Amino acid sequence: MSIRWEAVIGLEVHCQLLTREKLFCGCPTTFGGAVNDHTCPICLGFPGVMPVLNGEAVALALTAGLALDCRVRSPSVFARKHYFYPDLPKGYQVTQYEAPILEFGHLAIEVDGASRDIGIRRIHMEEDAGKSIHADSGATLVDLNRAGVPLIEIVSDPDLRSADEAVAYLKALHEIVRFTGVCDGNMEEGSFRCDANVSVRPVGQRTLGTRTELKNMNTFRGVQRAVEYEIARHIQVLEDGGRIDQETRLWDENAGRSRAMRGKEDAHDYRYFPEPDLPPLVVAPDRVEAVRAALPELPRAIRRRLVEDHGLSTYDAAVLTGEPALVRWFDAAVAAHPNAKALCNWLTTELLGRVPVSALAACPVTPERLARLVALIDDQTISGKIAKTIFEKMLLSGETPDAIIDAEGLRQVTDTGAIEATVRAVVAANPAQVAQFRAGKTTVRGFFIGQIMRQSGGKLNPALVNEILDRLLAQATDQET
Amino acid sequence: MQHAMPEGLRALRDALVAGQVSAVEATRHHLDRIERLDAAVGAYLTVDAEGALAQAHAIDARRRAGEALGALAGVPLGLKDNLLTQGLRTTCASRMLDRFVPPCDATVVRRLREADAVVLGKLNMDEFAMGSSTENSAFQVTRNPWDLRRAPGGSSGGSAAAVAAGLCAGALGSDTGGSIRQPASFCGVVGLKPTYGRVSRFGLIAFASSLDQVGPMARDVRDTATLFEAIGGFDPADSTSTEAPMPALGSALRADGDLSGLRIGLPREYFPDEGLAPDVRAAVESAVEVLRGLGAEIVSVSLPHTQYAISTYYLIATAEASSNLARFDGVRYGHRTAAPADLQTLYARSRGEAFGLEVARRIMLGTFALSAGYQDAYYGKAAQVRTLIRRDFEAAFAQVDALVTPTSPTTAFPLGERLADPLQMYLADIFTIACNLAGLPGLSMPCGFDAAGLPIGLQLLGRPFDEAGLFRIAAAYEDASGTAGHRPREPFVAQEVPR
Repeated sequence: MSIRWEAVIGLEVHCQLLTREKLFCGCPTTFGGAVNDHTCPICLGFPGVMPVLNGEAVALALTAGLALDCRVRSPSVFARKHYFYPDLPKGYQVTQYEAPILEFGHLAIEVDGASRDIGIRRIHMEEDAGKSIHADSGATLVDLNRAGVPLIEIVSDPDLRSADEAVAYLKALHEIVRFTGVCDGNMEEGSFRCDANVSVRPVGQRTLGTRTELKNMNTFRGVQRAVEYEIARHIQVLEDGGRIDQETRLWDENAGRSRAMRGKEDAHDYRYFPEPDLPPLVVAPDRVEAVRAALPELPRAIRRRLVEDHGLSTYDAAVLTGEPALVRWFDAAVAAHPNAKALCNWLTTELLGRVPVSALAACPVTPERLARLVALIDDQTISGKIAKTIFEKMLLSGETPDAIIDAEGLRQVTDTGAIEATVRAVVAANPAQVAQFRAGKTTVRGFFIGQIMRQSGGKLNPALVNEILDRLLAQATDQET
Repeated sequence: MQHAMPEGLRALRDALVAGQVSAVEATRHHLDRIERLDAAVGAYLTVDAEGALAQAHAIDARRRAGEALGALAGVPLGLKDNLLTQGLRTTCASRMLDRFVPPCDATVVRRLREADAVVLGKLNMDEFAMGSSTENSAFQVTRNPWDLRRAPGGSSGGSAAAVAAGLCAGALGSDTGGSIRQPASFCGVVGLKPTYGRVSRFGLIAFASSLDQVGPMARDVRDTATLFEAIGGFDPADSTSTEAPMPALGSALRADGDLSGLRIGLPREYFPDEGLAPDVRAAVESAVEVLRGLGAEIVSVSLPHTQYAISTYYLIATAEASSNLARFDGVRYGHRTAAPADLQTLYARSRGEAFGLEVARRIMLGTFALSAGYQDAYYGKAAQVRTLIRRDFEAAFAQVDALVTPTSPTTAFPLGERLADPLQMYLADIFTIACNLAGLPGLSMPCGFDAAGLPIGLQLLGRPFDEAGLFRIAAAYEDASGTAGHRPREPFVAQEVPR
C-alpha cells in the first residue's frame, strides 16, 4: 500500500521597511553604524519613555498591502508580545496581533507555465529586536542599532503545495516589495527573511497534518532545499509509522538538514495585550485611496507592457524586471528614443557587460546618452561599428556621443558624391583585383570593401558603399565587354 | 529689608514678580525648611540644593536683566520621584533604580522648567507608585505632618506631605487609582487627577499606562489650577495625549461663588452604610450642603458597577504593570545582580533582589492575569467590566455636571496598620479607582477634620476634559467654606493614636 502525499506550505515573510527613521523614535534605520550608535532612550527601552508611530512606516505597509490586493483594517491595534531576551529592550515587542493593518490579499505565482493565486492572510506591522553577539569569551554582547526598526510580516495562507511554489511565491513577493520601494529585499543583511510552515497529508484529506516551522533560511535556494528536505522528512517519519511533533526547526544550510530548536511544550506564553501607549491606528479611506493612486507599476504589468507595447521578448522583459532600477533606466532611455529593441540590446549586452546594475545610477552613460547613441545609428549619422567605439569612449571619458563624434570626426559619410569618389579611387587603384572580379572571382568584392573602409576610417555609410561599389564594378565589367 | 515669605504658590509667584522676594530667597527659604523639618517628615528622597540655587540665581539674573520670565519664575516645587529629571537621580523609590540618572526630562518637568519653576528635589512614594501609604518605599518612611505616627497616604505621599508641611510651594504627583487624591485627602491639601490624556505621560515611569496621569498638588484650589495650567496640554511625544486645547480657567476660578444652574450628583454607592467613617460622612454631607447653598442642585445618582471597580482595577493595573516593569532586567540600567551564572539567573536575581514585596506581588498577579488560558477570564473580563464602569459614568453625566464623594473612606491611618493586609490597604482607594478606569478628571480638596484633628478629603469627579468645571465648583466651595489655609502645627509632632 502506498500513500500519495500532498505538502501544505505557508510562508511568513519579514520585510524591513525602507523608512529613514525607526518605528517609534527618530533614530536612523541605516544598516551598519558603530555598535549601539543608532539608539536613544526610546529604542533602548528606558523607563518613562513612550512610542510615537512613524507615519512613513504606515504608508509603506499600506503600499505593500495594496500591491498585494489586501483589505485595509481600520482601526488596527498594536499589542505587546512579552519575552525576556537581552536584545529586546522593553521585555516586549510591539507588534500587531489580533487586529493587523492589512488582511485578505493574494499574489499570483507562475510555476511550469501555470498561474495560481496564493492567499495573503495578513500583513502586520512590528518593531525589530536588536542583535545578540555571542563572543568566544562566553559573554553575550548586545547591539541595539536594529532595535525598533520597522518591519512588516506578510503571512500567506497555507496554499503552497511544493518547494517550487514556495520559492515562486517568495520571488514574486520579493519583486513586489522591491518594485514598490517598501523594502530593499536584501536577504543577506536580513531585511527580507522567511520562515516556512510545512506539513503533509494524504492526497484527498481535508484536515491539515501537524506542521513544523522552519527558520534560518537566508537564500531562495536555502528555502527550496529546506522545504524539500522537510517535506521528505515528514513523509519518511509518517511512512515509518512515526509522528510529527509540532515544533520549530532550524535549517542548517551546510549540513543540508533541519534540526529541532524548540518544541510546543517550551513555546513561549507571550501574554499579548493591547499596547496602552498607542491608540488604535485609524487609516482614513481617502488615505488608502491616495496610497492606491500612488502605487507604482508592478513587475507583472511592466513585463506585459515591455512585450506588448515595446515588442521585447519575454526573456528580455524578464531580464529588465530583474531590478527596479533597470526598468527605470530602460524606460528613461525609451522615452528619449523609441527604439526599444536596440536600447534593450545595448543596455543588457553592452552596458551591463561592463557596469553592474548597482552602479548604473552613477554611470556616465545615462539613459539619455545611450538613447542618443542609438538615435545616431538609426539616422545613419554613425555606423553600428563606430557606435561601439563611441560607446567605449563614453564610458571612459564621460562625454556625450555628439561631443565624441565631433572631436574625433566620426560622423558617417552619407554624401553619395564623396562616397563615390572614394570607391572610384579604390577601384582605379586596384586593376588586378578588378580583373579578378571580372573573371568571375566575386569574393574579391570583400577586398574592395575592406580597402574603402580602411581609407575612410570606417566613416562611410556601409549600405551606400555597397550600392556604389556594386554599380562601379558592374560598369567596369560592362566597359570591358 | 526682608519680607515675610508668602505662603502658597500664587502668593509667592506674585511676590517674586513684584520683586519683594528673589528666587534665591524663596529657594533658600524652602531648602532651610527641608533641612529643619524633613528629618521628621521624610518627604524628600533627593534634595538638589545646588541645582535649585543655580536655577534660582539664573532666574534672578534674568529678571534683573529685564528678560521675560515664565509663569512660575522662581517658584520652588517638588516632584514625585517617578518623573524623569535629566541629570537628577530618579528612583521610583525602588532599589532597582537606586542610582538611575535619567538622560532626559519628563515633558511635565520640561514644561515646569520652561515656566522657570525651581526644582527642589524628588519626593518619596510607594515603590513604582504601588501602594496607598508610601510605606512601600524601598528607602524611607514618610510621615503625615498632621500626625507623624500616621501615613501620608500614597502613592504620592511624599508630594502631599511636602506640600502640607510647606517644604515646597507645590508638587507634582501621579495618580493611577487615587495616588494623588487619597494622599491629598490624608494631608489636607488639594490634588487633581486630570482627565486621561490631558497631561503628558512622557517621562512618567509607567505603572499602569492606561490609568496613569500626572497631576498637580498644592495648598489651595487656585494654586493647584495654576500648576495644572503649566503642565497640561498636548504633547506629540505621548500618543495618548489629547489635542483638545487646555481650558481657560480664569472664569472658573472667579470668586463669585455662584453655582446656580449646576447639577451635582451624589452616587449612592459612594456613601455605603458600612465602611465609611462617620466623621468623613458628616464632613462630606455638610460640604454638600454648602454646595447646595451656593445654588447647585443636588441629585442622587447611581453607579451600579462600582462594587467591581477594585477587582477590575487590580487586574488591569497589575497586568499592565507586569508588562511595564519587564524592562527592568538588569541589562541596560538599574540593579544587576553580582556575577550571575547565566541569563536566567541574571533576570531572576536582579529582579528578585531589587523589587520590593508589593511590586513583586503585582508583577506576579499581572503575569497570571495575562497568561494563556487565564487571560480571557481575568484581563479580558476586567476590560469588559471597565467598559461597564465607564458607561455608568456616562449615564450619570447625562444627568449631572459633576459628582461629589468622599475621597477616602477614612482619614489617615497609623503607619504599619495595614501593611500586613494588602486587601485592607487596597480599600483605601475604593472611591478613587473608578475615576481612573473611566479616564475622568478627579479632584480632592479638604472639607474639614475628624475628631482626631486629621484632614478629611472631598472628591469631585467631572466629565472628560472638564477640569474647568471641577475647578469652578472647588473654588466656590473653598471660598465659601474657608477650608483652605489650615496648616499642621510646627514642629510636627506625633499624636497619641487612638486604638
